Amino acid sequence: MHRTRAVVLGAGIIGAACARELAVAGLDVLVLDRGGAAAATTAHGEGNILVSDKGPGPELDLALLSRRLWPEVLADIAARSAGRPPRPASDQAAPPATRAAEWEPKGGIVVATTAEGAEGLTRFAAGQRAAGVRAEAMDPHELRAAEPFVTDRHTAALHYPDDAQVQPSGAALVLLRDALAHGAELLTGHEVLGAVTRAGRLVAVRTARGPVGGDVFVNATGPWSGEVSARLGAPVDIRPRRGEILVTTPLPPTVFHKVYDADYVGAVGSADTGLQTSAVVEATRGGSILLGSSRRHAGFDDRLRPEVLSAVAATALRLFPALADVPVMRAYGGFRPYVPDHLPVIGADPRLAGLWHAGGHEGAGIGLSVGTARLLRELLLGDRPSLDADPFRVDRPAVLGTSDGARDTHAGSTGPPDSTGTPAQAGASGPAAVADPDQAAARNMTEEGA
Amino acid sequence: MRRRSVVVVGAGPAGLAAADTALAAGADVTLVDSAERPGGQYHRMLPDAYGARAPEAVQHGYRSFERRVRRVLDHPRCSWWAGAEVWALERRDPGGAAPAAPAPSCPPPKVHVLAPAPGGGPRRRHVLEPDALVLATGAHDRVLPFPGWDLPGVCTAGAAQALAKGERVVVGDRVVVAGTGPFLLPVAVSLLEAGSTVVEVVEAGARARVARGWLGRPWELGAQAGKAGELLALTGVLARHRVPYRFGRAVVAARGDGRVEEVVTAAVRADWSVVPGTERAAAVDVVCVGHGFTPRLELPVAAGCALRPGPRGTSEVYVDVDDDQATSSPGVYACGEITGVAGAPAARTEGALAGWLAAGGAPRAGAVRALRRRRDQGRAFARRLAHAHPVGAAWPGWLRPDTVVCRCEETDYATVCAAAQDPTATEARAAKLATRAGLGPCQGRVCGPTIAELRHRHGTGQPPAGPTDPGSHHRPLAQPIRLGELARPPAPPAPDRPDLAHLPPEESGS
Amino acid sequence: MSPRLVPARDDSVRRTDHPLTVTVDGEPVPGIAGQTLAGVLLAAGRTAWRTAGSGAPRGVFCGIGVCFDCLVTVNGERDVRACTRRAHDGDAVTTQSRRSGDPGDARAGERP
Repeated sequence: MHRTRAVVLGAGIIGAACARELAVAGLDVLVLDRGGAAAATTAHGEGNILVSDKGPGPELDLALLSRRLWPEVLADIAARSAGRPPRPASDQAAPPATRAAEWEPKGGIVVATTAEGAEGLTRFAAGQRAAGVRAEAMDPHELRAAEPFVTDRHTAALHYPDDAQVQPSGAALVLLRDALAHGAELLTGHEVLGAVTRAGRLVAVRTARGPVGGDVFVNATGPWSGEVSARLGAPVDIRPRRGEILVTTPLPPTVFHKVYDADYVGAVGSADTGLQTSAVVEATRGGSILLGSSRRHAGFDDRLRPEVLSAVAATALRLFPALADVPVMRAYGGFRPYVPDHLPVIGADPRLAGLWHAGGHEGAGIGLSVGTARLLRELLLGDRPSLDADPFRVDRPAVLGTSDGARDTHAGSTGPPDSTGTPAQAGASGPAAVADPDQAAARNMTEEGA
Repeated sequence: MRRRSVVVVGAGPAGLAAADTALAAGADVTLVDSAERPGGQYHRMLPDAYGARAPEAVQHGYRSFERRVRRVLDHPRCSWWAGAEVWALERRDPGGAAPAAPAPSCPPPKVHVLAPAPGGGPRRRHVLEPDALVLATGAHDRVLPFPGWDLPGVCTAGAAQALAKGERVVVGDRVVVAGTGPFLLPVAVSLLEAGSTVVEVVEAGARARVARGWLGRPWELGAQAGKAGELLALTGVLARHRVPYRFGRAVVAARGDGRVEEVVTAAVRADWSVVPGTERAAAVDVVCVGHGFTPRLELPVAAGCALRPGPRGTSEVYVDVDDDQATSSPGVYACGEITGVAGAPAARTEGALAGWLAAGGAPRAGAVRALRRRRDQGRAFARRLAHAHPVGAAWPGWLRPDTVVCRCEETDYATVCAAAQDPTATEARAAKLATRAGLGPCQGRVCGPTIAELRHRHGTGQPPAGPTDPGSHHRPLAQPIRLGELARPPAPPAPDRPDLAHLPPEESGS
Repeated sequence: MSPRLVPARDDSVRRTDHPLTVTVDGEPVPGIAGQTLAGVLLAAGRTAWRTAGSGAPRGVFCGIGVCFDCLVTVNGERDVRACTRRAHDGDAVTTQSRRSGDPGDARAGERP
């Protein structure tokens, strides 16, 4: 009997999660990546699994699903590799198969430092609670006990017990290895150059090493989704949005939760149009503290910008002034997959049968990966979806590049060198559905790192 | 017309020479070095506080060095930034995975410097925007791991040299100096001069090959003949002190309880595979090791300079420079050991050429022709040294599975090998995050080339990197910077010189 | 006895010593002006002062500021390279540890 062959394009965390989900469901899975696995966007982020930063709506629903799935998935992987029935994942003594994920359900704390920030945070949390998020107000003593080094100048603090953290590259490899253990195959060094279609259906992708055929293709190429989908003839408007992170030398335990600044700090650094920084501070298992984050549109320009790093440092120090003497030993930047309406893209492409998309998670892809993969599998196999997938559908104006001004900030996109598909704009037209995407971003209390 | 401004990073033999000729060519020069005194590792100077009345006793070529230091530092167009670190270079040309060739008129990167604030306290940030940038950042010892190399008492040959010459501290009583390369000799002599007992100098290369490299075809040496003669003179000092200089042996282990008490050497074949049964232990309190040098490439990589493989194999890369010492990055010149290791005279020649041309000096002046000729002889000498002192491919044979490879994160050899064979971790970055090797405070400066070599050797997937991939040298933060220092805005440039924050640090603080 | 300062009276560079004292974890350690902290510690017979994550001792390795093995806390400032920092009279040096649970690691109440 012919098993459905699913070709997953991209071996980052979204591709790894999708590959695992489809392989566990019994599909014949092949993962293609231009480079190696878990090395691009996935390896340049913070590993956030957050519910705290999302207001009520479809993204929060996906985040809650993902937050529920993460410990289950890790427990399943541990059980499969140990050959025993699953039991709930614990952050203590993780088994070898999942240890690399560095799963830490440490909880998040959002701190406001102005009166307006406190008011906004309180209002925001009320809405979240109504949507099922645990958000606990902390008094100054509780905050001091939980985070001894946080600023004294706080006006409100909220504890989100369900925020968690993974080491993103390690987590992606844990998912990918489990996919391989379920029969999936990994082909690295295969760049997608174009499409082979038959009767309007995508039947293979062309690579420099020859065509790779399949029944369904899942575009999980993150910030390169726009380029790859254009090469396949069905472009989606997913663009890179640059972010930078600072890494300190290993420290004694100093930061105990994921700690964010509730006050959205816009347009720091006057020379950088569009640069936004907000403080995201957390310790890793290695002892370093990660300090984020910045957001700016710069295409795929990967040049270091010292003034951006300076702005990130200044923003973080407002939250943790005690860190002023701590050395930063490394800085890295990555590209988030950005969609103008700030919602992921999950589902079948109505323009090209056989093509599916799973991307556009901006800074939330690590956390949302397992929920995205679950939803994709359910849609692909015609199962009842865990949540309403309609808001994530492909044919919405923001995704098809038909919303107002959707192209104007699309800096640095390099056109496909070669494509058998038509890279022309295709499909739906209509009025802009999203009034002001950046207002949508501002509603997110904190924006997580790349 | 406005004078050209040149920033020179590194005040060792190459950087000082570059500053000297750039001044001679009429440029404004800012010379930046992390040390308090110029000289670099080669002319490691005694601190002023020692009040040394005879510093020449431990300094090779002290007089001419001192003359050049005075000429450069006292020059009215030279700004000397002591104790200042370049922590980042900011490229003006487009970045990206496959950047288009930048226009030749594109200015060099902005130079981000951390300089001491007057009166102490946090260092100040400064941003320099020169017309040309000369990189002369030098090299540090490469040390191959062996069991016990993380014990206190095992140090680099350069550490022993710096402590003996730079502050008159001897690292130990009974010392074995080991590894490969001519640098082992001056280190052993410095230790003898300072009063240590050097038990032996252990060179892994075979005697015949070393002798051929140093002394063969003497007519090719030209200006480098003096260097070969210096090496012979150093072997003479060893002989006078009855210190054996052994060839074809390597340190394969160090042992001790909390510090080195014993070193094990063994005979090695041409490929550095250990000859069984030849192990010999000696009681020591210090082992000084050097297996050649690792160029300090953070800044060239940050500037976008193309690299080229070194003559000793793919794990060693250097900055690719043209006949003018110009790199592939517009306005950026490189000289000294970041372009190849040939000793101080060759570095000085490269520096003199780089400084002159970076400053816009006439490219065909007679003196420049002579410099180019001497520079070419220096490059030939670098190749001879590399061929005389290769790193044998079989060296990992002396590792054990639990031998620490990354000293910071204590990643062992078995873990590095397992990651190299993992088909899901073919990308160096994913492997680094998985093994933690290279993630610690040194950021892979020590283990980087070793990890790259082991991954290349044990990898089963695609080759992890091309021969000139900046890979392990990619450190956008070239030096650690404290958060408070980073968060403050840079000091404003001098009002009369917007192109170049020309005020020395002690005048620019507020 | 092992590492040491070349005695001034025997030193061919003919130097003049100006003594200073630093403290290491509260204990006074003598040195001379111009030495690096690593030089002071070595000359005082200390070959190791940092503790790696496994508990292994660390001291001077590269000696020129590259390897970060010799990190110490100086006057409350963390992660100072002892091999490149000149000693000043009265410097309070605190040793560091990356082994969890060590006093140098999780010092209760001490600011980072």
